[in-house]
Formats: sequence, C-alpha cells, structure tokens
Amino acid sequence: MDLSPIWLTLKLAGITSIVLLVVGLPIAWWLSKGRSFFKVVLEAMITIPLVLPPSVLGFYMLLAFSPRHGLGEWLLRTFNIQFVFSFQGLVLASVIYSMPFMVGPIKSALQQLPASLSQASYSLGKTRWQTFINVLLPNIKSSLLTAIVLTFAHTMGEFGVVLMIGGNIPNVTRVASIAVYDSVEQMDYSTANSYSLILFLITFILVIGVFVFNNYQLKSPVA
Amino acid sequence: MINIDIEKKLKAYRGQQVLKIKREFIRGSITKIYGPSGAGKSTLLKIIAGFIKPDRGIINTDTITWLNTGLKLDVAPQKRKVGFVFQDYALFPNMTVGQHLNYATEDKEWIERLLIIGKLENFIQHKPGYLSGGQQQRLAILRALAIKPKLILMDEPFSALDPKIKSALIIDLKMLFDELGTTALIVTHNPHELDELTNEELIIK
Repeated sequence: MDLSPIWLTLKLAGITSIVLLVVGLPIAWWLSKGRSFFKVVLEAMITIPLVLPPSVLGFYMLLAFSPRHGLGEWLLRTFNIQFVFSFQGLVLASVIYSMPFMVGPIKSALQQLPASLSQASYSLGKTRWQTFINVLLPNIKSSLLTAIVLTFAHTMGEFGVVLMIGGNIPNVTRVASIAVYDSVEQMDYSTANSYSLILFLITFILVIGVFVFNNYQLKSPVA
Repeated sequence: MINIDIEKKLKAYRGQQVLKIKREFIRGSITKIYGPSGAGKSTLLKIIAGFIKPDRGIINTDTITWLNTGLKLDVAPQKRKVGFVFQDYALFPNMTVGQHLNYATEDKEWIERLLIIGKLENFIQHKPGYLSGGQQQRLAILRALAIKPKLILMDEPFSALDPKIKSALIIDLKMLFDELGTTALIVTHNPHELDELTNEELIIK
C-alpha cells in the first residue's frame, strides 16, 4: 500500500493547524471582545464553511484562484504562486474550511473568562499582550487543545473542497480521503479499507486524547 | 490626593439611575464606601481604575489627569497602576501564590514580607484552587499591594475572612498604607467592620 496519501494528509493537517493557530488566536480574541456589525459579518463568514457544501467552497476557490484570470493570474504573475492543483492550494482551502473549528472554541472560552482576570492583570501594569500570554491563554488550555485537535481531525477528513481545488495528483494533492475514493472507484476495496482504517484510528486516538485530557482538567482545581 | 467628579447612568432593576460622585480624597486617607446594593459602589471603583468609562467626568491625581471626558483624555488602567482587590478576587487559576506576586513585582524582599502579612508563606506553591476562601481573599489583597500602589481600591476585601485574621490583617494594612503613603477606598456592606481602619466615609445612595 502506498503510504504517501497518509503522510500528505498528516502534513496538510499539521500545517493547517499551525497556520490556523497563529491566525485564529488573534481573530478569536478580537471577536470575543464586544460586538459590532463588522464582527457579526466576519463571524458569519468564518462560520459559513460549517454549513456550506464543501464542493461549493471548492468551486468558488477554483474560480478565484484559476491562473487564467483575475486574482489567480495576478498571484502567479507577481509572486509565482499557484493555488490550483498544488499543495499550497490545499493548505489555503483547509485553512478557510477548518477556521470555524479553531476560532469557535477559543472565542467561546475567552468569552467565558471573567473580565476581572484581564482587569486584574492591567491593574498590575501589564499590557494586553502580556495579559493574553500570561493570563488568558493558560486559562483556556483545554479549549485550545480541543480547537487544535478538532482542526487537525477535520482537516484530515476533508474531501470535497480538496478534490475541487487540488484534484488527485499523487504526492502533491492526493490526500488519504481522496485515495479512499480513488481506490473504491477502482474496486480496490482492500486498499480503501486500509486507508479508511488508518484515518479512523488516528482520528479516534486524537479525540479520545482530548476527552481524557479535558476530563482530567475538569477534576483538577488548577485547570 | 485624588479628585473625582464623575457621572454615569446605571442600569438597575428598578429602572435607570445615575451615579453622580464629586469628591476629593486626600493623600493617605482611608475611606469606606457603603450604600445599598446596585447603587454603583463597585462601578465607582472600576471607573477610577479605568476599567469602565463614565458618561461624563474628570479624575485628577496630584500629578496627572487620568480622565477628562470633555478633552477625550482617558489614561489606560496599566498607566494608572492602581491596586485593585476584586469582589470575586480575580485570581489567576494558572498561577501559584508565588507566581501571582512575582507577576506583579520583582521585589523579592517585598514579596516575602507580604506573604508573612497575609500568612501565606507556607502556600507559595499552591494554586488558587487549593486555597480556602479566606486565603484566596488574602492573596488578592497581597497581589494588589505588590505593586506598592499610591491608590488602592478594595471591593469587599474582608468578606471571607474570620474575625481574628481580619483584625490582624487590618492592623498590618494600616501600617502598610502609612508606610507607602497609600490612599485607600474600601467598599463594604458592613461599615462598622472598618471602623478601626478608615478615617473617612462616602455613602452612595
């Protein structure tokens, strides 16, 4: 069995989780503070991938980043970057598609922290950044872990959006979920089963790990 | 000295009411603030600390203007560096007693002295979840004092302390306030408990 789709899937899920952690944390923090019309619109846009068929998102991304016109052509000409049928395209699609899984839990956790925690830190002369790093972040670690694992697991399970923008190029865009589909199409049920089982086991272990960790946190008074 | 002239609309159960305070607190004075629930006692402290903005007002200290809504001047809470004891303590669940104080100051000798005053020297490695209510409240007081504030705002700071510890702590606090030249505003539901400590009072109706 060719294991390259599994490695590619893990690589994609890992990079997507790291990118989303860096991008999602400040967005979640900003969204957690107060309400405005712009924030509502942004939150709705981040949430849309949860309900939109992945193929629709993939279709529009395919149109937007096509190297033949518009944005895609400009990106190719100016930065020599092509998002269609490339690994970076998969990362971009995954970042957009999995964003609600990173932003949602972190935003909710930050909103649940009492405002007095930040205020106490400010009264000690600490900046917003120092407060975020030393006070807020350590006190949402279970939600943070949940968000990272959900993002990772969700990215591993992507199909429609990655197929639309990435196609099925071995070692480049052929991730495990596409390899399963491809094997079934070729009536190779044994290979499809092997890929599926590996995906299932990795996801199961990740989710169990989060539940065990969060259960431990709940029982501990130093959560 | 701190001079306050503020006005803020409060949302209350019985409709809207206005918190209107005009008062000067002289340096080193210890003022107890009391009045009915919902009158705006905690809000007043948060306005002074810079956590809440009033609808209108001016707050001047000896050296600097913290707030002047007319001039759109509003100094950040970080720059006011006011010691604040929160009603819900607002302790950081991820930090031990020692880490709380180290987060506030690098002065090790001062930290050791505070730990002795708060009788928490044997709990340095404990996180808030492992402390009693009284110990948590003492930690909240020590953390506010750690920055050696010129102004300390305390919201029901002794509510969880037993009478013996409270009396001892009040004596130590009075000494510390004198030493640091700290002006203190203390919100209480039971004004008589602070008779030994305070020399001024403000009733908010």
